[in-house]
Amino acid sequence: MNNTTKLTPTPGQTVGPFYGYALPYEKDRELLAPGSPGSIRLQGTVYDGAGHPIPDAILEIWQPDSDGNVVHRTGSLVRDGYTFTGFGRSAVGNTGVYTFTTVNPGPTEPGAAPFISVAVFARGLMNRLFTRVYLPENEEALAADPLLSSLDPERRSTLIARRDADGGLTWDIRLQGEGETVFLDFEGSGRPEGAASGGAAQ
Amino acid sequence: MPEDINLEIFNADPITEDVSDAAPQAGTEAAPKTYAPLDAAAESQADLSAEMKSIGEAYAKALKDGAPAEIQPRLDYAPYRSSVLRHPTKDLHHADPETIELYSPAFGHMDVHALESDLTIQHNGEPLGERIIVSGRVLDGDGRPVAGQLVEIWQANSAGRYIHKRDQHPAPLDPNFTGVGRCITGADGSYSFTTIKPGAYPWKNHLNAWRPAHIHFSLFGQEFTQRIVTQMYFPGDQLFPLDPIYQSIVDQDARDRLVATYDHDLTRPEWAIGYNWDIVLTGSKRTWTENEAFGTAGDDSE
Repeated sequence: MNNTTKLTPTPGQTVGPFYGYALPYEKDRELLAPGSPGSIRLQGTVYDGAGHPIPDAILEIWQPDSDGNVVHRTGSLVRDGYTFTGFGRSAVGNTGVYTFTTVNPGPTEPGAAPFISVAVFARGLMNRLFTRVYLPENEEALAADPLLSSLDPERRSTLIARRDADGGLTWDIRLQGEGETVFLDFEGSGRPEGAASGGAAQ
Repeated sequence: MPEDINLEIFNADPITEDVSDAAPQAGTEAAPKTYAPLDAAAESQADLSAEMKSIGEAYAKALKDGAPAEIQPRLDYAPYRSSVLRHPTKDLHHADPETIELYSPAFGHMDVHALESDLTIQHNGEPLGERIIVSGRVLDGDGRPVAGQLVEIWQANSAGRYIHKRDQHPAPLDPNFTGVGRCITGADGSYSFTTIKPGAYPWKNHLNAWRPAHIHFSLFGQEFTQRIVTQMYFPGDQLFPLDPIYQSIVDQDARDRLVATYDHDLTRPEWAIGYNWDIVLTGSKRTWTENEAFGTAGDDSE
């Protein structure tokens, strides 16, 4: 294979309605066991453009540990309750609510704003969406973050979680409409994916 | 209910049927219907096909006028009614991937048993249907193999029925077929599944809506930004032009990338029909190390 030849990516497709017996697995949303020292709950609701909760979305998160290390360790599919791999998957329930047990991500570089990387899948959503959820603390780091500082305040706020009284995080996803979550394109060459999606024409 | 089907899968979070949140068709006259609507899925295939044709023609014209090819599905593709309220209306925001996004979750051979790639041996007997082998390679946009990564598949049985309590298609469940498989890609990015050719199934997007036979694929890649879920189709399916999910990819070359190729070298005598399907993820933004290039990134190998 000629490594200089750019291959065209295979198109994505909707996760469809019937992933529910395939993608979820035991402890998929428990990056560590609930109640473990340092564990927090990350929760929220996924909404459609009419403001209704979506009962058939599935989210994945991928994050550094609390010290900011990218752990890159196996064991996400067969959880032992102790090993933190940084990956989790949560199907939403009937009410559109997802829940993860995880840790607060640490900054991957000194002064960087910590965030959790998120992929969103749903019936009716043609291709997965990427986004990020930031911790609400450390205004200075948030202000310096390259992504957040490139957004106007209203859109920026869609990427910042709320800290709950129990120390957890609440962060909702809106696929469309008022407060529409900022979704990301990482391609950075040629036409943005948003244009190809028809989004620009709407 | 056969005893050897895990009942838990019937208790998964329920979902609504595909038509439940279908938005009313905006801006179209209520055309007289020549059939009695059986349920909410009342729009005719002819109506849907006309919409798809119109979008296809507009795309062909744009291409001719110099617009770039669209290599991904349109997130906003109204003929798939469930997409109407579920597509972002704002452009995706360009971001440079940062540290965590430049790595993918690690999956090792310890996570997945070797037998999980054979969907025909998960129960006590042989599943019904046409046994097939689906093999190919997972590559990144630079042509490098995506090694040591998780590939998950799920599919309907040969009658077009999913093991899912919300699948009410009155086709038989197969006690010997659940339709879920996993494998870890080899050092050359290769994967292989033994399974049963799935049947087409009705899905209520509109009246008489049938999905072409397909297998769902989930792929991770070496970076989180490469993560995709997609569907593999079978060559020559007569349902392609009628299906809004397949047609949401408006570019014919791009659509063709989802269709497997019959492969006589993969076909095994007296046993199974072979299909080849290679999958290309996006390019890599990270400088690879020699270690990763040979697929030993996971810590199973230690």
